[in-house]
Amino acid sequence: MNFDLSKKSLTEVNSFLQKIDPKSNQREFVIKNPLGNHALCAGLQDEVQVTIKGHVGYYCAGMNKNANIIIEGNVGTGVAENMMSGLVHVKGNASQSAGATGHGGTLVIDGDASSRCGISMKGIDIIVKGSVGHMSAFMAQSGNLIILGDADEYLGDSIYEAKIYCLGKVKSLGADCIEKEMNEKEIKHLSSILKAQNIKADPKKFKRYGSARNLYNFKIDNVSSY
Amino acid sequence: MSDNKKNLKGFSTFSHDTIAEIQRSAREGIYQIRGLGAKRKVPNFDDLVFLGASASRYPLEGYREKCNTSVVIGDRYAKKPITLDIPITIAGMSFGALGANAKDALGRGASAMGTSTTTGDGGMTQEERKSSKYLIYQLLPSRYGMNPDDLRKADAIEVVVGQGAKPGGGGMLLGQKINERVAMMRNLPEGIDQRSACRHPDWTGPDDLEIKIQELREITNWEKPIYVKVGAARAYYDTALAVKAGADVVVLDGMQGGTAATQDVFIEHVGIPTLGALREAVDSLKELNMHRKVQLIVSGGIRSGADVAKAMAMGADAVSIGSAAMIALNCNADMYPEDYEKLGTAAGYCHHCHTGKCPVGVATQDPELEKRLEPELAGKRVKNYLATLTLELQTLARANGKSDVRNLEPEDLAALTVEAAAMARVPLAGTNWIPGHEL
Repeated sequence: MNFDLSKKSLTEVNSFLQKIDPKSNQREFVIKNPLGNHALCAGLQDEVQVTIKGHVGYYCAGMNKNANIIIEGNVGTGVAENMMSGLVHVKGNASQSAGATGHGGTLVIDGDASSRCGISMKGIDIIVKGSVGHMSAFMAQSGNLIILGDADEYLGDSIYEAKIYCLGKVKSLGADCIEKEMNEKEIKHLSSILKAQNIKADPKKFKRYGSARNLYNFKIDNVSSY
Repeated sequence: MSDNKKNLKGFSTFSHDTIAEIQRSAREGIYQIRGLGAKRKVPNFDDLVFLGASASRYPLEGYREKCNTSVVIGDRYAKKPITLDIPITIAGMSFGALGANAKDALGRGASAMGTSTTTGDGGMTQEERKSSKYLIYQLLPSRYGMNPDDLRKADAIEVVVGQGAKPGGGGMLLGQKINERVAMMRNLPEGIDQRSACRHPDWTGPDDLEIKIQELREITNWEKPIYVKVGAARAYYDTALAVKAGADVVVLDGMQGGTAATQDVFIEHVGIPTLGALREAVDSLKELNMHRKVQLIVSGGIRSGADVAKAMAMGADAVSIGSAAMIALNCNADMYPEDYEKLGTAAGYCHHCHTGKCPVGVATQDPELEKRLEPELAGKRVKNYLATLTLELQTLARANGKSDVRNLEPEDLAALTVEAAAMARVPLAGTNWIPGHEL
């Protein structure tokens, strides 16, 4: 089933996709002419597959649950923000705050992601095949940020229990973020995430970063870290 | 004071409090973190009086003639605006900062009076959803517990930009309050200090906010009223920007507003009093021709029906109470003196919400302390308090000849101090002088 956003309104399309008849066998949808619309496919709840043919604006697939959404273009700020589950696959590049506060599911970005990718992430897995901008995984709580390219300044600043794996160079780490051992368990863990998305990269070549846990409780001696 | 101190002259610059704080800082090397709101005296609603009716205005008969208190909130864009029976709502306070029983009790009290209560920085608890007839769901920078299911269960959504106690600051829930349930809802380990970010992770300015609001509307089928809450900083501009961004409702929180925990220096020295901020916000709405079209809810130091009436006379559509609602739950009540003493304080002075050791079981996650707050009884107290405020509000409205509390107007007010006259822009009592305005 096809939607053409040059002919149907954003709200009509979103509303339809948010309330799929559970008895319906129609589970695959294509959206043409997205025209950079914001909040496209926000709040989907059902196990459907949606392919968006073109570039979209802010908050595409925001708060997604269960849906599998493919964007054949670039995305604006906050793609898959606060995602709960499902899969969002960006074939192009992503602007800032990709996957922000995501609780679950998987976000795959074939290109680069701008600053603050995975900010405050809460369980989502984010895979960026290109590079990420500064302050990525800032205050990241849980989940995995996997970067096949490079990371800009202050990666993982004030990180909690999220894990960062980076194949390329890291310009600098943020406060309380340190390199951690890439042991067999971690290699297996990373391998399973990559495999699930058919990504061919050697998990042994990644470096892992996470929290030193020195800033978990406020101590006056740590003031200079901020 | 002992006899030998009676004739001694103290320092006005270095008061006893100041000396104690300098010496505490010298010992500990860290600023003071505490709960609740500003302790300093600032111009407030006590500095205004109502003129009442006279030969030029007819009063309405108390208890006999109707005085409407209901107000419709959120009818600018939302398909399902809320009709509150009274214009007094319960402000956002997080589960985490408050215990589940306290949240439950606030919901019960508010529901019994046909008004709303609000979630906070820890997400929505089942207890408060069940007990709240109208529940406002806050979208905060931390997004702790945020999910689309709860978003759809809410009656309205409040995008929190700032808070009166700390405009420009985030939150801090100290580790001692992070038990298993709070940790699970926030997706963080137990026992660690939890920072709540000071700005949103996926938008940074009013243009972005407009798009964020659009997303929230798309997810909730344009049904829910969208509130934007700002701390009293630049109230004129912040109100205008919230309107421009598409808010149905602006919530303005003055500097007397409370918090669960932040630096004392922030509470006492950032933001402006509710009185001045309210005037600015109303000016902004009127200039945009949006007064009464976008509802204005004001909070920060509201204690009595007189405060409510004065806020409404100045142009608010409703008010919100946080600290006062906690006090109705028994915050700072004169009971369990030994537990106040363990905290180094006493009833009437306690601001130790941040410790998690609330003697009366309001701001705690300790199961034993929480038992001291029974939701049904505490909810009844909240209901009684809201009922009292409403009766006081109606009394003052009728005395000024108003059959609807929203007909109260600035012309019903006079100021008792030059400062209040200038801030509220009502004449100094006995004159027609408003500082800064030509006679």
